[in-house]
Amino acid sequence: MSFPWAKQYEPKLPLTRWLDERLPVPRLVYNSLGGGYPVPRNLNYFWNFGVLAGAALAIQIVTGIVLAMHYAANGLVAFDSVESIMRDVNAGWFLRYAHANGASMFFIVVYTHIFRGLYYGSYKAPREMVWLLGVVIFLLMMATAFMGYVLPWGQMSFWGAQVITGFFSAIPLVGDTIRIWLLGGFAPDNAALNRFFSLHYLLPFVIAGVIILHIWALHIPGSNNPTGVDVKGEQDTVPFHPYYTAKDGFGLGIFMLIFAGLLFFFPNYLGHPDNYIPANPLSTPAHIVPEWYFWPFYAILRAFTADFILPAKLWGVLAMFGSILLLFFLPWLDSSPVRSMNYRPKARIAFWVLVADILILGYCGGAPATATYVILSQICAAYYFAHFLIILPLISRSERPRPLPNSITEAVLANHGGTSPAQTALSTASAPHSAH
Amino acid sequence: MATVDDMVPPGESPEPFHEEAHDPRRRDFINIAAVSFAGVGAVAIVLPLINQMNPSADVLAQSTTEIDLSKILPGQAIKTSFRKQPLFVRNLTPKEISEADAVDISTLRDPQTLEQRTKAGKKNWLITLGVCTHLGCVPLGAGEGENKGPFGGYFCPCHGSAYDTAARIRKGPAPSNLHVPDYAFNSDTVVTVG
Repeated sequence: MSFPWAKQYEPKLPLTRWLDERLPVPRLVYNSLGGGYPVPRNLNYFWNFGVLAGAALAIQIVTGIVLAMHYAANGLVAFDSVESIMRDVNAGWFLRYAHANGASMFFIVVYTHIFRGLYYGSYKAPREMVWLLGVVIFLLMMATAFMGYVLPWGQMSFWGAQVITGFFSAIPLVGDTIRIWLLGGFAPDNAALNRFFSLHYLLPFVIAGVIILHIWALHIPGSNNPTGVDVKGEQDTVPFHPYYTAKDGFGLGIFMLIFAGLLFFFPNYLGHPDNYIPANPLSTPAHIVPEWYFWPFYAILRAFTADFILPAKLWGVLAMFGSILLLFFLPWLDSSPVRSMNYRPKARIAFWVLVADILILGYCGGAPATATYVILSQICAAYYFAHFLIILPLISRSERPRPLPNSITEAVLANHGGTSPAQTALSTASAPHSAH
Repeated sequence: MATVDDMVPPGESPEPFHEEAHDPRRRDFINIAAVSFAGVGAVAIVLPLINQMNPSADVLAQSTTEIDLSKILPGQAIKTSFRKQPLFVRNLTPKEISEADAVDISTLRDPQTLEQRTKAGKKNWLITLGVCTHLGCVPLGAGEGENKGPFGGYFCPCHGSAYDTAARIRKGPAPSNLHVPDYAFNSDTVVTVG
């Protein structure tokens, strides 16, 4: 599962030799994250985000386990136990703010990681399975984040749970039964809070398991790179350690700086003040919004306002889930053999329009449901689906890609191997590409 | 030892048994039977694991509520709680009743008359869940001075669903009317919901 020129693990001490013959864990680490994993030599900083996502998960698990030592999953005391963590538990405020903002950092990192995969075509053959497992991880993350947000049992927690479990009541015939089964009651209450806590504790470990599969599947073909061109020989790669452990270490430092800035100076910036009001089943907040990382999907949900064969509510729910499930089909919707958008002039334009579209959807999802934002959401939701189902398949059949470099090494020597999307977008807009 | 597979006493030469000649083989049958049996057992064990998530006995025990109507004057409404969900009890004025009756049923998204949504002879008592049928917010309009929306009934602030004086959906994304729970009048002034 690696290139033939990959370095072999050679234990030097008698103890490591003894261990290698019985349980070769050091060999596994060496082949996955050490000198035994050859990686394209031209990776840019976008390739830091996989390791950063792993670090973010580790931070969430560590802070989460200690928070669970002080949290009580009972509707009567859940809110107070969170306040007690903030005021009474030693360094409790630090742990809770780290966990809450750590979730935001996790999503920032994962969205960048997905962006990287989309731009450089990392979802294409032979890495389809890496992509599919990634979408599974993303879905698990969303479920985990949602259930975690319910636990403080504030107003947004409660009404978020009410709205999200309300999605299931849109299913014809059995919807209400499913919703009552999920909640263990007729509205979110103790039963729901307890099971959400149980699952919120479980799912991160499921995510960790799927991440192992994700990395396993990645290491069979090896990492993609900014040119999207396959590795041709040993001259195209460098060992993961020390080259990318160092580069990822640097990225991790930047990540921690930003995380610390958020945690220590703006700990509530990404939260909603209404969640500091205890849950009240008889009073809905004037404006229910999910956490920022769900805004684009929430905008798609709200974009459906008219019945058409099916009720509007069911359309909204189908479209919202569909917008993510669609990603499972992406490797086959985009049939172009060229991976990197750097060499796909038309697809690259469509890609950036999609990015803008998702950002506008995100803005609409966080805004109140006024007519202007609903219409804007409708246009952007339509474009989102059109991009994946119409525009990208058509472009991938008709587009004439720019000439690819013969190898990664050739691209590196021509100083084009590590170009960032912004640089290339500028250079193609202003100058002819003499280097190709 | 004589088994089912080995019934022929030693000494007599049996017909040679060619397992491949029989399709399905005896062993296939045993495999399928054994795995199916284990599968049925596994499914049987999953059932309680699924069923434990349904509402427990104490949650179901809270599923009826008695309401005293004597203090609710015409035009007033109260917000109470039924199965931990808000319940709206509204004493409609004659004007609100005539507004509800004036609507052409065929124009409604969820066609129902006010009679169908109330008890016979008690047309002024509109009892509904205070749960918007869109995504479950509590609509406004039951409390004093709250926005009753363009149709004078209830208005959901979350996504703008507007209900009329019979709590029927008239505008916005909600798919159906506010749900009328099962209830019965114990006397003129007391109802039991649930």
